[in-house]
Amino acid sequence: MSLDQNDIAKLARLARINIAETETAELSERIGDILNMVDAMQAVDTANVVAMANPHDAIQRLRADEVTESNHREKFQQIAPQTADGLYLVPQVIE
Amino acid sequence: MEWEVVIGLEIHVQLTTKSKIFSGSSTAFGADANTQASAVDLAMPGTLPVLNEQAVKNAILFGLAINADICRDSVFDRKNYFYPDLPKGYQTTQMDFPIVGPGIVEITLSDGSTRSVRVHHAHLEEDAGKSLHEDYQGMSGIDLNRAGTPLIEIVSEPDMRSAEEAVAYLRKIHSIVTYLGISDGDMSQGSLRCDANVSIRPKGQEEYGTRAELKNINSFRFVERAIKTEVLRQIELIEDGGKVKQETRLYDSDKNETRPMRSKEEANDYRYFPCPDLLPVHVEQSLIDELLAGMPELPDAKRQRFESDFGLSAYDAYLLTGERAVADYFEVAANSAGDAKLAANWVNGELSASLNRDNLSINASPVSAEQLGGLIQRIRDNSISGKIAKQVFDALWNKEGDSADAIIDSKGLKQVSDSGALGAMVDEVLAANPEQVEQFRAADEGKRKKMLGFFVGQIMKASKGQANPGVINKLLNEKLGG
Repeated sequence: MSLDQNDIAKLARLARINIAETETAELSERIGDILNMVDAMQAVDTANVVAMANPHDAIQRLRADEVTESNHREKFQQIAPQTADGLYLVPQVIE
Repeated sequence: MEWEVVIGLEIHVQLTTKSKIFSGSSTAFGADANTQASAVDLAMPGTLPVLNEQAVKNAILFGLAINADICRDSVFDRKNYFYPDLPKGYQTTQMDFPIVGPGIVEITLSDGSTRSVRVHHAHLEEDAGKSLHEDYQGMSGIDLNRAGTPLIEIVSEPDMRSAEEAVAYLRKIHSIVTYLGISDGDMSQGSLRCDANVSIRPKGQEEYGTRAELKNINSFRFVERAIKTEVLRQIELIEDGGKVKQETRLYDSDKNETRPMRSKEEANDYRYFPCPDLLPVHVEQSLIDELLAGMPELPDAKRQRFESDFGLSAYDAYLLTGERAVADYFEVAANSAGDAKLAANWVNGELSASLNRDNLSINASPVSAEQLGGLIQRIRDNSISGKIAKQVFDALWNKEGDSADAIIDSKGLKQVSDSGALGAMVDEVLAANPEQVEQFRAADEGKRKKMLGFFVGQIMKASKGQANPGVINKLLNEKLGG
């Protein structure tokens, strides 16, 4: 399996990564190598193997339902580019 | 052509935990913006989620209530998309191994018939924050208090065939989650939200038509209207030679129309994968047994009990058990009144009408269940007539007294059954209407019955409704017969 340059551009857009057009050819080749490896792995018979959700042989620890956090809004908002009325401001997301 | 409507619902239910699904932030509604958004909720680097035990229990409870299989090792996945109210850039949700497997929900339609709707699965996930698009010239304001609030998303099979069925199903889910106490079910505050997948196909055709997804419909009434509107749109479109596009549409309740949401072509590529920050959630049989043992009585069981133990009609029992708070109110009123049928009439009638009129929930009713029970006792022992009882009810509603007895006393509303006092009243009315008396005496038995009503009416009027009708009838028969 290989990816063409349009696939690379689409993935970059989905991941919000800025990739210059000059880089796409090289990336396409490198990702192609990885996908070839995946193709090779497809040959393994996994019919009776349960999909692994996590490499650790462990189960999720649960937390008691208690409020343990207090308000640190001021601290958090010091590193935000822009705030108003306690809200984080971002470029408008609807027209 | 005759069309068949096919509807599936996705219902998001906010769970009533004290803290969020993956952090110890409070989930209380209505706090100042971002005061309940911790480092975990903000997706600060280095933070890790820790799953809330109660959210897991709540999801399992729902599964048990719909007879679903509980997945003993469920897995959280990441659903990737970019939106400012989703700080991590992905929603932590469940895809391949949701905690609740296939189940069944029974619905009752207005004609009394029942149907089964299959639930495909229900999964645990986190809510996103809120975006405010007004007031910030060219900017959007983001409040992350809601980010991380635990949700279950309940996904039905496309089993509903009309808007009415969809509403009945939504009401039933609402009823189940509020009976279980796992959600407050308040649609006006977004505690329960509904997306509807709607398509049509020629009647008899096996294959489904292309569906449109209606987003975020926030009341029972709008679910029905939105679906009906969308169905009409699709029928017109197809009959005019067009094709339904698979897309997300928003329902505009002001204009009563659906319209496409701005298309986010790439947004549907969510690239799900198992969340490496969370281990599989293992559910022990002992936990399931414990939850089953503590399971409250559910709507269907309560309805059957109301029919068999209280002798209520299926319809009354259905009305009374839709909401747990109404059922609880009724039970207290019925026990205190000593007459379940009268209590059912009053709760479904006068009380329900008054609550609707003043836009109150039953928990905020000015008349308590005990007060209503006390009022019904006075109807039963003939202290007051049904008509006077309505006056007493209104007085209780307006807080003019603490109990029916106090109001009956202070307003002097007690029914007059004393034949001495009523005899005088009867004599007066007969003396004032000599013509009618003569006509009555000249009439035959058949007509007399009708004419008696005139005298009863006059006496009731003279007594301001307080005369005991039984005693009046008896006195009139004696005095007129002679």
